[in-house]
Amino acid sequence: MRVGTNTVIGGTLFAIAILVGILAPWIAHTDPVMDANLMLAEEPPGREFWFGTDAQGRDIYSRVVHGARISLTVGVVAQLLNSMIGTALGLSAGYFGGWWDDFVTGLTNLMLAIPSLIFALAIMAILGPGLTSLLVALGLTNWSFTCRLARASALSLKSQGYVQASRVLGYGDIRIMITQILPNMLGPLIVIATLGMGGTILAEAALSFLGLGVRPPYPSWGSMLSEARDQITTAPWLSVFPGLAIFLTVLGLNLLGDGLRDILDPQSRSRRA
Amino acid sequence: MLLFGVRRLLQSLPTVLAAALTVFVLFSVIPGSIATSMFDDGRGMDAEVMERIRKELRLDDPVHVRFANYVGKLAVLDLGVSFRSREPVAQLLAKRLWPTFQLVVAAMAFAIAIGVPLGFVAAMRPGGVIDAISMFGAVSGLSIAAFWFGLLMMYLFALKLGWFPTFGYGGWNNLVLPAVTLGVAPLALLARTTRAAVLDVVNADFVRTARSKGMSETRVVRWHVLRNVAVIVLTTLGLQFGALMGQAVVVEKLFSWPGVGSLLVDSVFQRDIPAVQGCILLIVLFFLVVNTLVDIAAALIDPRIKYG
Repeated sequence: MRVGTNTVIGGTLFAIAILVGILAPWIAHTDPVMDANLMLAEEPPGREFWFGTDAQGRDIYSRVVHGARISLTVGVVAQLLNSMIGTALGLSAGYFGGWWDDFVTGLTNLMLAIPSLIFALAIMAILGPGLTSLLVALGLTNWSFTCRLARASALSLKSQGYVQASRVLGYGDIRIMITQILPNMLGPLIVIATLGMGGTILAEAALSFLGLGVRPPYPSWGSMLSEARDQITTAPWLSVFPGLAIFLTVLGLNLLGDGLRDILDPQSRSRRA
Repeated sequence: MLLFGVRRLLQSLPTVLAAALTVFVLFSVIPGSIATSMFDDGRGMDAEVMERIRKELRLDDPVHVRFANYVGKLAVLDLGVSFRSREPVAQLLAKRLWPTFQLVVAAMAFAIAIGVPLGFVAAMRPGGVIDAISMFGAVSGLSIAAFWFGLLMMYLFALKLGWFPTFGYGGWNNLVLPAVTLGVAPLALLARTTRAAVLDVVNADFVRTARSKGMSETRVVRWHVLRNVAVIVLTTLGLQFGALMGQAVVVEKLFSWPGVGSLLVDSVFQRDIPAVQGCILLIVLFFLVVNTLVDIAAALIDPRIKYG
């Protein structure tokens, strides 16, 4: 197994983002919410304030560092929810077939027809802004690709000899699904989850940008960009750093996902960069 | 061919109904009632007025009766009346449809015009410098937040260089920045898909056979490679259309573009439920129509796809 450049660069970028999120209280220079000082408003990036300050005089570097916590928490938790829902539905649909399969396939087609960001927007409209609402909205709306993949894998795996053998040994359906089929489809599911996590982080940023995510003054990269838009003429640096943080984190996840796919499906390597 | 199109559209009907049901159920479980959400803007709520609204909107009917009424009205394009503007939602949507259509078509045209040739060029020399650069560009395009890219473009091309207006709706120059912003992710995806499809097709047996028969390279590319790649690219475009509509919401808001997306966001903030329902249904319908058109185009290009 050869670990490619994509995996190394992507893994490093994502690991840095995770580390920044974990170490935020120690590496941030100031409190991201409380340490406002109007005397220091809209200072450009420099030695004292690496990324500059915003209209309230808060240190952008500290806010970006703390923002990693929210963006990554939403990305990881919401994607875990999506992966669990998609896998459970797809695996059971492929394994059992019949009316349940028809129902899940119909549901998946419906989820594909309603853009996940629009669906999440509708859920946020009902639940109101906030971290929990974000987790629910993004964790329930982006499982269709996982579901399709899990269903297709379950359909092909259920006729394999070892699955038949475990049935002969008297294993129950749930046990066969969890111990025999699931481990054999994990590779592609991990790839989809890695790529999906990037998409979820972008969706969180988009919802926060629209004002439906984490409420100010708590920093999330999307809401920081939303605030920055109004000051783009006077303090353009406010727009640069939160966006760069989103870009590098999602780029890391996308490269990692591509790299993992190359490792798990070597034939695909020739088809992609 | 017409019959094929009509049949494909009819096959989408259950999805439209299911979407209508989802949207209806979603807003039937809203905390508080629709009647209270009409007055969420801080105006006082008179109990008598509330009661009259409940009766007018028949909110005391059982849910299944309300859903049957809702679908019955949908069938005659009655999407209800906006809580805020008091205009029929269908009329509101009709006003917003054209700007969104313009934006989405322009973004798609930009993505196809650059993404497909880029994928082709990259596939000509896999592993080469151009391939590496364009594919890194493509993965970057998929990783960038559209609204951030839009903000940077707004700063550079509108505020600094003054080439385009910062926001607003009007002539073609108003369309450039929003369309490029919206088109960057599909461009990146198209470049990757085209590259993968070309690499798959050029190594296929039928292309080798065509070459060994002595067919010229131009004919091989035009008759075998292009047609097969076009079907894959078209299908990708159709499936990605939903994501594009999702992003259009954010891009419209960023550039104050008066389309369906900005109506949706405004309606969400104003808790204008009929307008939110109408916007979502229109977007689903848009997605299904586009995918039907993609299926028809694919069947026209690839004779192996049967009309039946």
